[in-house]
Amino acid sequence: MDTRTSQTLDKYAQDKYKYGFITEIESDRPQKGLNEETIKFISKKKNEPEWMLTWRLNCYKKWLKMSDPQWANLKFPKIDYQDIYYYSAPKGFEEKPKDLSEVDPKLIETYNKLGIPLEEQKVLAGVAVDAVFDSVSVATTYKGELEKLGIVFCSISEAVHKHPELVKKYLGSVIPPGDHSFSALNSAVFTDGSFVYIPENVKCPMELSTYFRINAEDTGQFERTLIIADKGSYVSYLEGCTAPQRDTNQLHAANVELIALENAEIKYSTVQNWYPGDEEGKGGIYNFVTKRGLCKGKNSKISWTQVETGSALTWKYPSCILKGDNSIGEFYSVAITNNFQQADTGTKMTHIGKNTRSKIISKGISLGYSQNTYRGNVSFLKKADKARNYTQCDSLLVGNKCGAHTIPYIDSKNNSAIIEHEASTSKINEDQLYYCRQRGLSHEEAVSLIVNGFCKQVLQELPMEFAVEAQKLVSISLEGSVG
Amino acid sequence: MIFLNINNLNVSIEGKKILNDFNISINEGEVHAIMGPNGCGKSTLANVLAGNEDYEVNSGKVIFKDEDLLNSNIEERAQKGLFLAFQYPVEIPGVNITPFLHASINSKLKNEKKPELDNLSFAKLLRKKAEELGISNDMLKRSINTGFSGGEKKRYEILQMSILNPELTIFDETDSGLDVDALRIVAEGINKFKNPKNSYLIITHYQKLLDYIHPDYVHVMRSGKIVKSGDISLATEIEASGYQKF
Repeated sequence: MDTRTSQTLDKYAQDKYKYGFITEIESDRPQKGLNEETIKFISKKKNEPEWMLTWRLNCYKKWLKMSDPQWANLKFPKIDYQDIYYYSAPKGFEEKPKDLSEVDPKLIETYNKLGIPLEEQKVLAGVAVDAVFDSVSVATTYKGELEKLGIVFCSISEAVHKHPELVKKYLGSVIPPGDHSFSALNSAVFTDGSFVYIPENVKCPMELSTYFRINAEDTGQFERTLIIADKGSYVSYLEGCTAPQRDTNQLHAANVELIALENAEIKYSTVQNWYPGDEEGKGGIYNFVTKRGLCKGKNSKISWTQVETGSALTWKYPSCILKGDNSIGEFYSVAITNNFQQADTGTKMTHIGKNTRSKIISKGISLGYSQNTYRGNVSFLKKADKARNYTQCDSLLVGNKCGAHTIPYIDSKNNSAIIEHEASTSKINEDQLYYCRQRGLSHEEAVSLIVNGFCKQVLQELPMEFAVEAQKLVSISLEGSVG
Repeated sequence: MIFLNINNLNVSIEGKKILNDFNISINEGEVHAIMGPNGCGKSTLANVLAGNEDYEVNSGKVIFKDEDLLNSNIEERAQKGLFLAFQYPVEIPGVNITPFLHASINSKLKNEKKPELDNLSFAKLLRKKAEELGISNDMLKRSINTGFSGGEKKRYEILQMSILNPELTIFDETDSGLDVDALRIVAEGINKFKNPKNSYLIITHYQKLLDYIHPDYVHVMRSGKIVKSGDISLATEIEASGYQKF
């Protein structure tokens, strides 16, 4: 590698995070630490019915008996669960504001700064947004229009009150609280997140989107999202996240459950840009996320697309359980790690039904001193006749101090299963850089172009409104510039 | 104005000397061809002029448009109007030619302090030039050079040249790996965009390409320097009796 390349790379390694500001707002928090009282506090704050509190407490009991999973390729100090605030809401949020006039202008300003306007006249065209600030949902746009179609798009806290039958039926049905310690923890203390229900044969006409913002210090965010697509329906959902720049690590442990009934399709996209820590690896979000989709009905389809650029630690495996015959699961991922970031991410495809198909496209890009691991598990159960999987994992190394790892597990109990796996690891190619520069592009532009090209297969799966944003984010994650 | 003047250029790679007191002068609007056997340093010359950092310039001077070329890096040379049509154009998966070449031409316009092209005017320009070269819209949608045949890659180079309109184009063995038909198509492309204000340096093994392009001067290169210069008849001579006699 020539000196010019290493200079540019060093420049990239000093990546700047542009969402690192803090909103000065008084918040309402319980004591630090986790115990039954904390859970009762959260439940009371949300004015929850008895059954919800009982569920939480049962999950807490399960959590007490569990220890954190250790198998990921991540190095971090043991998490002290007693040193975290489990709930934080801007003062006066006992009830969700009915309209924006009741919302503190500081909050609206925060979302404006993040590029997510909430005011009626400025809302993003074609995208309904649920804005979650620390532990509470601030506002949801386009609600009325969606209601006309029978679509429910609200915060999960609201759904507990208004749609208890759906919540009772589906909450924890895809991710059993006892699955692992983070799912139990989330189930016990989840604060807010989105709830979506699409009625039979309704194609949701706009993108539904949740924007998560962690603001308060030493606070964990435990979002819970539940999406149900009834027979023959379709929905595309997008999630975005940012957090202020702080020296201490913060915990984010989300659970997302998707259920697609017969002939239904759910497309779930994530652009994750939590604060990644500084260039020495100080601070940043610990992101322990469980996302799982159940293709419950015949011919259903669930597709996960993720662009992971933030967090100090990422532990995340959006998965599909392909139960219905002919159901389809897809996973498209771009994970970029820089400086001292560590990512252990991938997917799990469980083929249960006949003729089920899954497709995995994973692109990992490592820079600086970071470690980037793809971990995948594809399994075929006995009855999964003629099921097939295609996996493609490509890793791109930029510089020579980072690492890329690919760990695919395949388990087949059915002889008719077809499995294809392709993997590649490459360094950023000097010949490509030379070619681009010979055409007048700067070194930095050339790297950004090549990396964006490397990710294209995944980026093009994002809803159009966000594809351009994601492309910019990829460039920013590489550049030193404040976009 | 001195357009291009190379004076006693000595170049090595990993300690091995490749160019040895190399000299050439090219004026505005001239077409020069350099012919020579494998390993004589032809491609090194092309890459050193483009600014490739793998080579070490030990001594000598290169003046391009009255400026010292060796002080500029790769992209600055490109922006000044030097274009290298590569022998083996590299594949860049996932990158489409439209944003790529758009950024490329704007970098040149910016350097010339001219207004940059907006998306629409660039798209029009690209479509027009592609049409003139018989490049289909389908091919414009693909990733740069990815999965292209040898001939397609070279046509893509010429398309890029035609849009950037460089003052000096260096063809580095553009004819290598092409069959007769592809060669003819590429040569026609070059002729179509040949322009009396621009200069061309054609590096090749064989006479074939020169039959189409008609250079003003032909030089024979051996062991890192030009050993004989003349007109097109020199190329005919080489074709008949090889490089041995030079």
